[in-house]
Amino acid sequence: MHPAFSVISFTTLLGAAQGLLVSLAALQLFGISIPALPILLGIGTALLIVSLGASFLHLGHPERAWRAAAMWRTSWLSREVIVLPVFISLASAWTVLESTGQETRWILMPLVLVSLVLWLCTAMIYACLRFIQEWAHPFTLINYLALGVASGLVLLISLLALIANDSPLTAQLHPWAIGATLIALIFRHMSSVRNRNIKPKSSLQTATGIRQPQLTQRSMGMSAGAFNTREFFHGKTALFLRYVKSIMWGLCFAMPLVLLLLSFATNNSIFSVLAFPIQYIGLLAERWLFFAQARHPQNLYYQTVS
Amino acid sequence: MNQHSESRKQLALVIDLNVCVGCHACVTSCKQWNTSGAAGPLSDQNPYGADPTGTFFNRVQTYEAGAFPDTQTIHFPKSCLHCEDPPCVPVCPTGASYKREEDGIVLVDYDKCIGCKYCAWACPYGARELDESRQVMTKCTLCVDRLYDQSLPEKDRQPACVMACPTQARIFGDIHDSHSEASKAIRERGGYALMPEHETRPANHYLPRQVTPPRYNAGQED
Repeated sequence: MHPAFSVISFTTLLGAAQGLLVSLAALQLFGISIPALPILLGIGTALLIVSLGASFLHLGHPERAWRAAAMWRTSWLSREVIVLPVFISLASAWTVLESTGQETRWILMPLVLVSLVLWLCTAMIYACLRFIQEWAHPFTLINYLALGVASGLVLLISLLALIANDSPLTAQLHPWAIGATLIALIFRHMSSVRNRNIKPKSSLQTATGIRQPQLTQRSMGMSAGAFNTREFFHGKTALFLRYVKSIMWGLCFAMPLVLLLLSFATNNSIFSVLAFPIQYIGLLAERWLFFAQARHPQNLYYQTVS
Repeated sequence: MNQHSESRKQLALVIDLNVCVGCHACVTSCKQWNTSGAAGPLSDQNPYGADPTGTFFNRVQTYEAGAFPDTQTIHFPKSCLHCEDPPCVPVCPTGASYKREEDGIVLVDYDKCIGCKYCAWACPYGARELDESRQVMTKCTLCVDRLYDQSLPEKDRQPACVMACPTQARIFGDIHDSHSEASKAIRERGGYALMPEHETRPANHYLPRQVTPPRYNAGQED
């Protein structure tokens, strides 16, 4: 698939913002006090709104986006379109209540639950496409959830290091962020191994019904490109893919883990501050690969210009 | 639900790979008819430049089967298959993509389409193309705007591609009507569906190539 920057930035920002807000809600539910909570909530809510804006960039007709709530009975995309504003509303309400010093405990559990449903909707958009075999697997759900939680926790540490570094909470959160990043790493690795070993269900023979074992396309029926040759191919070299893979493993997982360990060991906040921006670049690479490595069966029909 | 829909009409094309000569007349006639209608143009970008591109509902591809010298060239027209379980329909968030109850044609309501491209991702056949200038998803309509047009002579109430085909490689009809020419062709000549592994139950079928051994001096024997 062709990775669209709008969808990559939307899903990565949304995941991190959800992770941040769910972490804050969990801390509150366990009665742990959080310094500068209204600022953190404001940042989380702002990220949600920025991600919503990014999602609009993917649409050919953003002015009709309201129509997308119609088919919630059958479409995971439609369900996401409904759940995302609900989540943004809860996050905004919590921010306002917290800033004005009102009772917020009642909003925490609904916020966590709606976030889980939102993760499910986002991941199922991809996982429900049964013939895109790289996506049609529980790993898609686990990865969206694990990467969201991990990046949210790392974001929380980076933010705390910036605005409230003397808080003991920053250090207490380190093992959680390290653990979440490790879990995300394990599942991302497992899904990479699975993707490498997928046996495609479709072949040129099933695509054309021509049963001869030796079958090649001589012409895709056009000399120039079309939507079919743009939307479903990443169009990059194998070398480029290798670079992106190194960026993913290095910046999404290895570097943040090293930085978190260093800041935990040395108590130097600069390492914590850097952890999220670096992980976010890695996350962009991870999401780019998620799309680029999904092999759409329609590509069988578009192999040879002439 | 499927049993219920079986009894209804399902219009479809049955494409005879045995006689398709790869002339692309179905491609150009499709483009001509569908770019000229009330539903809006099928736009082209940079049509006279070095890198032209545009929206088409129908393509003719060419495949080579077997190893030299025993090879066959097979021309393979490809358009929306109007699946009986179309995976593109339930994923559409707005309901712009739908399958007509009355004749089984899968259509896009351009006024409801938000151009999210999700239906194209959900189609294993690559049958849908986003029109770059209109930014809505487009696809073969089986020339629905011809089929029921009372102002056309009855013989013209069929898809433009079917009318244009010089070898009658495209049989149009109701595949749920066992007496239709399309159903008979599927039944008697081994009509098959594309990518059956995805269980989309395409309505369009293909008739396989039948290799006829060359008969030299056949004309003289007759």
